[in-house]
Amino acid sequence: MTELAANDPLPKPKRDVAPILLPIALALLMIPLIGSTSSWLTLTAASLAMGMMIFIMASGLTLVFGLMDVLNFGHGAFIAVGAYVATLVLAPFAASIQADSLWVNLAVLAPAALLSMAVSGALGLLVERVLILPVYGQHLKQILMTTGGLIVAEQMLYALWGPQIIPMPLPSSLRGSFILGDVAIAKYRVLAMLIGLAIFIAIQLVLNRSKLGLLIRAGVENREMVEALGYRIRRLFLGVFMTGSALAGLGGVMWALYREQVHASMSEDLTVLIFIVVIIGGLGSIGGCFIGAILVAMVANYGGFLLPKLALVSNILLMVAILMWRPRGLYAVTSR
Amino acid sequence: MTDLLKLSGVHTHIGRYHILQGIDLAVPQGQVTMLLGRNGAGKTTTLRTIMGLWQASSGEISLAGDRIENRATPDIARLGVGYVPESMAVFSDLTVKENLVLAARDGPLDDTQLDWIFGFFPALRRFWLSRAGSLSGGQKQMLSIARAIIEPRKLLLIDEPTKGLAPAIVMALIECLKEIKRKGATILMVEQNFFAARELGDNVLIMDNGTIVHRGGMAALASDVPLQERLLGLSLEAHQ
Repeated sequence: MTELAANDPLPKPKRDVAPILLPIALALLMIPLIGSTSSWLTLTAASLAMGMMIFIMASGLTLVFGLMDVLNFGHGAFIAVGAYVATLVLAPFAASIQADSLWVNLAVLAPAALLSMAVSGALGLLVERVLILPVYGQHLKQILMTTGGLIVAEQMLYALWGPQIIPMPLPSSLRGSFILGDVAIAKYRVLAMLIGLAIFIAIQLVLNRSKLGLLIRAGVENREMVEALGYRIRRLFLGVFMTGSALAGLGGVMWALYREQVHASMSEDLTVLIFIVVIIGGLGSIGGCFIGAILVAMVANYGGFLLPKLALVSNILLMVAILMWRPRGLYAVTSR
Repeated sequence: MTDLLKLSGVHTHIGRYHILQGIDLAVPQGQVTMLLGRNGAGKTTTLRTIMGLWQASSGEISLAGDRIENRATPDIARLGVGYVPESMAVFSDLTVKENLVLAARDGPLDDTQLDWIFGFFPALRRFWLSRAGSLSGGQKQMLSIARAIIEPRKLLLIDEPTKGLAPAIVMALIECLKEIKRKGATILMVEQNFFAARELGDNVLIMDNGTIVHRGGMAALASDVPLQERLLGLSLEAHQ
C-alpha cells in the first residue's frame, strides 16, 4: 500500500467577515449623521425588524435560485397570497385580535400564519409542477412564465377580494412600544426580529447540521454530482421550493401586519426589493441574504430619515455599490 | 468472464451535435477496461451516457443484465455505479468528511472502509474537517475517488483521474487503483496517460469520432508499436 505524496499543508481558510462588518459599520457611521441617539436606536431597531421580514420573504427565493437555477419572478405572488389568506382567519375573529390578552391574540394569529404558509406552500407545489417544470434550464422562459404567473395571481386576488385595500390591524397586545429611556421600540418590531432571527438560525441549523442540509448545500454547488451519488434531487427541489413559498407566505402576513393593510399590488412592490436583497447577498447564499436584507432595510430607514428624496433610489444605489465591490454579491455560492 | 456492462448501438446527441455514433462495447466483470482516444473522440460522453447524465438517443445499455438507458442518474447510481468525473466535482463548500458522508448514501461511514481509504489517502484524514475547496488538485482527486469507493460499487466509471496531477501523485494513484482492482472491482476508465493505462488496464477500447475503432487486450496493444502509432498517433514507449 502506497502513501500518496500529497501532504502539503493546506492554506488556512480565510474567514470572510467583511460582509458581516458592513451593516455594523453602516450603523456606526450613521450615529454622528443622525445626531440624536434615541432616533438612531429607533431607526436601527426599525431597520433590523424590516430586514428580518425581508429576509423571511427572500430566503426561499435565494435557495430556489441556488439549488434549482430557477429565476422565479413570481415569488411575490406567494407573499401576497399569504397575506390575503391570513385575512380569512383574522377577519372573522377580529374581536379576538382586539382582545387585550396576548394569548387570545396569538391563538388567532398563529393559525392564520400557519394557514398562510400551508396555502403558499401548496401554491408553490402547483407553480413548480405547472409553470417551472417545463422550463428548467431556460432562464428567459422562466422569467416569462413566472412573471405571467405573478400577473395571473395578482388578478385572481383582485377577482376574489376586490381592488380595495383590506385593513389588517395589529393585535392589541402587539401595539405600542417598549420604552427604554428616550428610546421607543415598537413591540411588533421586536416580535418580527425574534421570528426572523429564529428562522435564520433554523435554516442555518438545517443547512449545516443535517444530511438534508448537506444535500441542499451540495445541490446548490453541483446538482449533477449529487444525482450521480444516487440522490433524487428533483424531490429535494420541490421540497425547497414549497418551503421557500411557505416562508414567503409567512413574510407576507408579517409585512401586512407591519403595514396594517393588504393589497394585491404588494407582490410587485416587494418583488423588486427581495430581488435586490438576493442579488446583493449572492445568489444561493442564506448568510448573504440575511446581511443583504439588513443592509437594504438600513439604507431605506436611514436614507428615508436623512435624505428622503433619495429614498426611492437608495436600494438601487446600494446594489450598484455592493456589486462594484463584489460582482457576484456578498457571498458567492454558485458558479452561475 | 461475464460482461457486467454492455452498450449496443448507442447514439448520443448533444444539441445538434451527434457525438456517439453507434457505440458497442462490453466491460468484463472484475477487470479494468481502458477507454482511450484523442480529445473529442467521445470518451467522456460515453461515461456520461452510461451514468444517465446525458440521455442516449438510441441503443441499449445494460448493467448486470438490467437495461438502464432510460433510467435516471440517481437510479443508475443506486444500482451500484460509482462515478469520478473529469472535473472531480468535489463539493468545495463542504468538508472532506461531509463529502464522504454524502457519498455513503445508505448509512453512517464504515470505519473499516475509511481506514482502508486513509491508508492510500492519508491527506484526507489530515484534512478531515477542512473545506474541500481548500484542498490541492491532487487532494481533490483523492477525495473524488474516495467518494466513489466509500461503499462497495459494482462498477466504477473514472474519467481521467491523472489529469493535471504531479508525477508522484500519479504514481500513488496508480497504486491505489491497482489495489482497488485487486479487490475485484470492475472499472471503465478514460485515460490520456498511456503509462497509467498500461499499468492498470486489462482491456482497451480506442475511440475515434464517436465510435469504437479498436478493442482488445491491453498487453497486445502495449507490445504492438505500429498499432499504437496507427490508432493513437504515438507509441507508448515514446510517452514514457
